[in-house]
Amino acid sequence: MAVSLLVPTALRGFTDRKAELTFEGDTVKEVLDALVGAYPDIKPHMFDENGQLRAFINVFVGDTNIKSTGGMATKLSDGDTLMLVPAIAGGR
Amino acid sequence: MALISDDRLSELSFEELSRYSRHLLLPDVGLEGQKRLKAAKVLIVGTGGLGAPLALYLAAAGVGTLGLVDYDKVESSNLQRQVIFNTRDIGRPKVVAAAERVVALNPDLEIKTYNFSLSSRNALEIIKDYDLVADGTDNYPTRYLVGDACVFLKKPNVYGSVFQFEGQATVFDATRGPCYRCLYPAPPPPGLVPSCGEGGVMGVLPGIIGTLQASEVIKLIVGGARPLIGRLFLFDAWLMRASELRLEKNPDCPVCGKNPTITELIDYENFCGLKDTVQEPIPSITASELKERLENGDKVKIIDIREPHEQMLFKFPGATPIPFGQLVRRMDEFDPTIDLVFICKIGQRSLYAIRALRDAGYMGPMYNLKDGVNAWARDVEPKIVAY
Repeated sequence: MAVSLLVPTALRGFTDRKAELTFEGDTVKEVLDALVGAYPDIKPHMFDENGQLRAFINVFVGDTNIKSTGGMATKLSDGDTLMLVPAIAGGR
Repeated sequence: MALISDDRLSELSFEELSRYSRHLLLPDVGLEGQKRLKAAKVLIVGTGGLGAPLALYLAAAGVGTLGLVDYDKVESSNLQRQVIFNTRDIGRPKVVAAAERVVALNPDLEIKTYNFSLSSRNALEIIKDYDLVADGTDNYPTRYLVGDACVFLKKPNVYGSVFQFEGQATVFDATRGPCYRCLYPAPPPPGLVPSCGEGGVMGVLPGIIGTLQASEVIKLIVGGARPLIGRLFLFDAWLMRASELRLEKNPDCPVCGKNPTITELIDYENFCGLKDTVQEPIPSITASELKERLENGDKVKIIDIREPHEQMLFKFPGATPIPFGQLVRRMDEFDPTIDLVFICKIGQRSLYAIRALRDAGYMGPMYNLKDGVNAWARDVEPKIVAY
């Protein structure tokens, strides 16, 4: 499955400033593994020492958080859009 | 149930009927909605980029009582986006200057100012007198503090945040939807997401997100509208792309879940990893000391971890540029017998850089340039503009 991955500004420093990437993968895990494979510097920022997705990042497939669809095992369809949504705090 | 109960409503004066006629003409607001706005009490936490449009539009809309919280003073670098201030306000407390402006806009307004930081000690006491809170702060500890306090007091938290060209907005109301911790159970590790003071922000962006927050505040007060509860609005000004994502309440949320484990305000600095209680302190060097060492011909290697566009503003003499994201991968390039001095804009990201290298096992001596290149501009080369 070819899917798009939207990268927020906060993480673009690790993806050569690219905002949108295309990866192959049948599950969210496969796509995020492909992301880390292509851009290894991003790994410690997205995953903790145990390989768990860090709590300040949410992954959405379409408009739905993967927390409610099986987490990293969430199945993908061709043309799906994944979005990484990190906590940002600026306001001043 | 209406946020503002009927027994709090009072009649509008002749002047008010005229001033708010464009609201009164809206069938969904009308006389009753305007009376609710008049009776409402809104606390705006942070009187900056988001707080400026919030305060101005809520004052203009006839919200009867506004509370403004901010400990800071107006600086020239605020004026690019904090449109509530004038150039002559530089150096004045933000809440004082902002209060003056909103009272000039709407003299009927009751305004309360809190010229200090919101903290675990004072937050519940302050927030309890308000109907709802609009969060326009700029750091993770205060975000979690406001979020938790609103859950405990059962108040809606109208949330907005910005970074560079991106904004987020939603309404957290744990009585009928998710809270801040349902979405973000924990903050990012310190240093990953720079503040706007380090990462920059397009000046218009907090205007867009702050007015969205003001709109949500008005809708919650008037009632009957479809508020942004359980929905996260995302906006990217650079790509001109907006998205709406569904948010769900987390039944295991430590604050608003079925079996909460956090039932009172905590130490949020500690929670966000901003206290050096367990970590070894990192040695620092001042700009003057660094200058002296360079003049003495000491062997020092300076690593500039700022982004390329920041280095264009001021190229640090003799520094080797390595962006933060590449440091750990490139640590083999360093000679562990030579002192490394890490520099960034204000000496904060460089601290995290040193910590990241330590965690990755780098053993050589490392120093942090205290207060960053801004200190160099201040103390060594005053011709350079601190940015």
